[in-house]
Amino acid sequence: MVKPDVYHSLGLSDKEYQDILRILKRKPTNTELAMFSVEWSEHCGYLCSRKWLKLLPKTGKYKTLIGEDSGGIIIDDLAIIFKMESHNHPSQIEPKQGAATGVGGIIRDIFTAGARPIASLNSLRFGPLSQAYNKYLLNGVVNGIQFYGNCVGVPTVGGEIYFDESYSGNCLVNAMCIGITKKEKLIRARAYGRGNAIMYVGSSTGRDGIGGCSILASNEFKEGQDKRPTVQIGDPFTEKCLIEATLEAINTGYLVGIKDMGAAGLTCCTSEMASAGNSGMDVELGAVPRREENMEPWEIMMSESQERMLVCVKKGKEEQIKKIFLKWDLNASVVGRVTDDGLVTIRDNGKIVAKINAHALTKAPIYDMPYSKPRYLRKLNKLEASKIPDAKDHNKVLLKLLATPSIANKAWVYRQYDHMVQTNTVVLPGSDAAVLRLKGTDKGIAATTDCNSRYCFLNPYRGAQIAVAEAARNLVCSGAHPAAITDCLNFGNPKKPESFWQFKNCLEGIRDACRSFNIAVVSGNVSFYNESPKSAINPTPAIGMIGILNDINKACSQNFKHEDDAIILLGYCRQDLGATEYLKEIHHLTKGDVPQLDLKLEQAVQKTALEAIEKGLVNSAHDCSEGGLAVALAECCISNKDKMIGANINKLNYDMRLDALLFGESQSRIILSCNQDSAGKLRKIALEFKAPFYVIGKTGGRVLRILNDTEELIYLSLEDLYEKWGGSLQKKIEG
Amino acid sequence: MLKAEINITLKRTVADPQGLTIKHALESLGYKDLGDVRIGKLLVIKLNLKDKKRAEQEIDQMCKKLLANPIIEDYRFKIEKE
Amino acid sequence: MKFGVVVFPGSNCDQDCFYVIKDVLRKPVKYIWHKDTNLDGLDCIILPGGFSYGDYLRTGSIARFSPVMKPITEFAKNGGTVIGICNGFQILLEAGLLPGVMLRNRDLNFICRYVYIKTENNRTRFTNLYNAGQILKIPIAHNEGNYYIDPAGLKELRDNNQIVFRYCSATGEVIDQYNPNGALDNIAGIINRKGNVLGLMPHPERSAEKELGSEDGYFIFQSIIKWLNRKRTW
Repeated sequence: MVKPDVYHSLGLSDKEYQDILRILKRKPTNTELAMFSVEWSEHCGYLCSRKWLKLLPKTGKYKTLIGEDSGGIIIDDLAIIFKMESHNHPSQIEPKQGAATGVGGIIRDIFTAGARPIASLNSLRFGPLSQAYNKYLLNGVVNGIQFYGNCVGVPTVGGEIYFDESYSGNCLVNAMCIGITKKEKLIRARAYGRGNAIMYVGSSTGRDGIGGCSILASNEFKEGQDKRPTVQIGDPFTEKCLIEATLEAINTGYLVGIKDMGAAGLTCCTSEMASAGNSGMDVELGAVPRREENMEPWEIMMSESQERMLVCVKKGKEEQIKKIFLKWDLNASVVGRVTDDGLVTIRDNGKIVAKINAHALTKAPIYDMPYSKPRYLRKLNKLEASKIPDAKDHNKVLLKLLATPSIANKAWVYRQYDHMVQTNTVVLPGSDAAVLRLKGTDKGIAATTDCNSRYCFLNPYRGAQIAVAEAARNLVCSGAHPAAITDCLNFGNPKKPESFWQFKNCLEGIRDACRSFNIAVVSGNVSFYNESPKSAINPTPAIGMIGILNDINKACSQNFKHEDDAIILLGYCRQDLGATEYLKEIHHLTKGDVPQLDLKLEQAVQKTALEAIEKGLVNSAHDCSEGGLAVALAECCISNKDKMIGANINKLNYDMRLDALLFGESQSRIILSCNQDSAGKLRKIALEFKAPFYVIGKTGGRVLRILNDTEELIYLSLEDLYEKWGGSLQKKIEG
Repeated sequence: MLKAEINITLKRTVADPQGLTIKHALESLGYKDLGDVRIGKLLVIKLNLKDKKRAEQEIDQMCKKLLANPIIEDYRFKIEKE
Repeated sequence: MKFGVVVFPGSNCDQDCFYVIKDVLRKPVKYIWHKDTNLDGLDCIILPGGFSYGDYLRTGSIARFSPVMKPITEFAKNGGTVIGICNGFQILLEAGLLPGVMLRNRDLNFICRYVYIKTENNRTRFTNLYNAGQILKIPIAHNEGNYYIDPAGLKELRDNNQIVFRYCSATGEVIDQYNPNGALDNIAGIINRKGNVLGLMPHPERSAEKELGSEDGYFIFQSIIKWLNRKRTW
């Protein structure tokens, strides 16, 4: 009998331990206990979330592919594979290496599917930059992303960064990768075919992250940076060699399956590849290349050393595959064989140290977690607008909003990332979405990540819907058809019913929005226990969305292109003050309900914009999000520093609070610019889709001027706007 | 005036891909008798202090607070008169 | 006429260079693995950008010992055309095929963005299709592009007209304000004394197609082709 405190400290409950005894019909060995503890951890086994993840649609208007570790869509003869994953807790402790290994891990998930990684994105959340540790985290995370991504040769083309007090003590680092391949080159994370070889490739195994990822990710931070787990070190050079070697190996046709040794390394790889292939495997740990001496079998099984993979190779082809990896100076060693007994058998120099049914090991228990509506909502959702004074000087407010780190220009960040390598990036970072060409075709893909976590905090269901809608809107503004989603679901402790309610409601929001757009969720990741001693983070279901451009030459970006273009607003301005950046930054309130979202209206607006862009009628397109109409217009004016163009908005006529008109965050709004004589055609398209259509002014000059009826609300020079928007983030980081 | 020389390296248990790559490069140049290769940083800090004990305390604090990340790095230092 | 693109472990612009030669310029091209030593039939060798050996020691320092560097040095000595881009430039410096060294960027950050460079010498085999003083819009992406050489070396570069490109403003002012990385004398690219080896930090292969935002780099490759063609007809 294993003592309860031993399995408890491994995170296993009494009930789970009884289940293990039932499965094995005997006492587990140390190695077996370790293997169960990681496979049945929240991090690997999705115990709390699995029941609800089933809600997410797996099919949509584009043909989907759902693999073991990633998913994607099929476009003609191409497969586009993508996934987003969190690396929050490691980054909080060691930001550079935490972020770097996060990037490395997600890239491996893509090329182990047989796809060449062509782009990375990331979704980051930090506490306010007024605190030194948050600044250190931001610097370290950006440094880690550039260190790994630049070296490995995958362009970092987009992403988002938001700052909010709730992330102080628990930053979020979500990394996304996109890959492409011919669809017949895809490969699964499976092992089957009795006698086929199990081969270990990549870096050697050390005691990296033993109990790190799995245990770490299942415990909230009690003492913050005093926690001292082993952190892994990223090696982008080895990863670059692994990409080339792996794709070369897949090309031979001799591989049966392949899987990245991510969380819980060899344990996950052996058991999950066998289980997915309905087979077993017999593995000899003595053959595993090692960096450290005297490693115990369970240490080898739990190690999370980076840049390693397990490959199932057709019997008799081992030497050919080995040769490819050796050419790239990488380890390649046959460590075992596929069996047909359904068992994962692990030997240490011949002696059996674990023998477990693969299905049983990988079928972690599913828990039905209790949930209840958080009490904070009743109080916070109430907003007495009459008690909030309208701003006296709207110019000042606009300048202040443009300078807030969440809105300000992120060039300081993305210029540290190589966003052009592989020569596919057609729309560079800084617009609504990144656009990549697909060489050899006329098509392109657009990609974005989105989530307004303040919305999700104040209304998880609608907040999550808006995250999906906004991601789609961003893609549409780039000229792309929204096609599919990956999600990275960052939440607090799932054992707290109020936290779990946020999770459940966000999932339902994502589901309903996806159904409305008829798009699928093809991959994703759940990260729970994102809490600091003070509080849980805002619920943050980061949405990574891919869109398809049928004609890459029609790619569109947000900045105004010509003087004297008509400026058009699609959508309605309502008095939506609740949950806005304006309330938070100017009135220091995180309150109210989030803006309404009418998915029918959203579709009408998006379809209008997309059709107009595809017909070549549009010169620029930008969605209204944080900071509302005024911020969006300012960004249209100044986001191309080399060619800033002013605007005169003189046809608004609204009877509402002026701060709400300028800075309210009504959803389903897109700002277009077009040649004056195209405006009529555009109006016809809007009529056809029943989208609200307003010509609100025209481009030109060196000033942004906004009137309501005859009252001048905003009059600011482009230089003043740019100074606040362009330089603030860098100043706050370096200052 | 005192002078502190601080060596910061990755902990022995932490992988050092840079060191490993350099080791391979040396081996391919014909240097075969190599054990581990580890890479690190050397910092030289001059202190306007006379008391060596105090200097040691301060340098130790600096290492813990900023110069090294104790989760992955070890540091050692020596302090001498300039 | 045939191009060769060298592949070091960690090169990551090799496929981009290959693509430009094959699909944009439509010329024959092949990869050269860093352990190959056979350059037969090749007229121009491209050392591409990337992070050879991770740049884990010093940029280019390990790659320059790759077996392929011996025949490339020989090839260059015999007047063969060699172009090193970004990491390729750094390798050429470490190998001694070009003078000087690269330091870390002045602001210590990796920089990826478009810059403008001025064609200071258009009488080379790499720049014969540019006008004298022509300004090119072309991206950079590097950590170590801060070119340095001692005063005597700089004088030699100047005296022999070896400085081919300098960082400048959109209108061609060569002043420090438009120097992205702190490079001495705003140097973005140099040739050897004989004029057959070019090293440059900006990426012409990333600016060789209109849909990527600039075609200005295209003419470096086209200049080489023009020069090689002329040579052949002699």
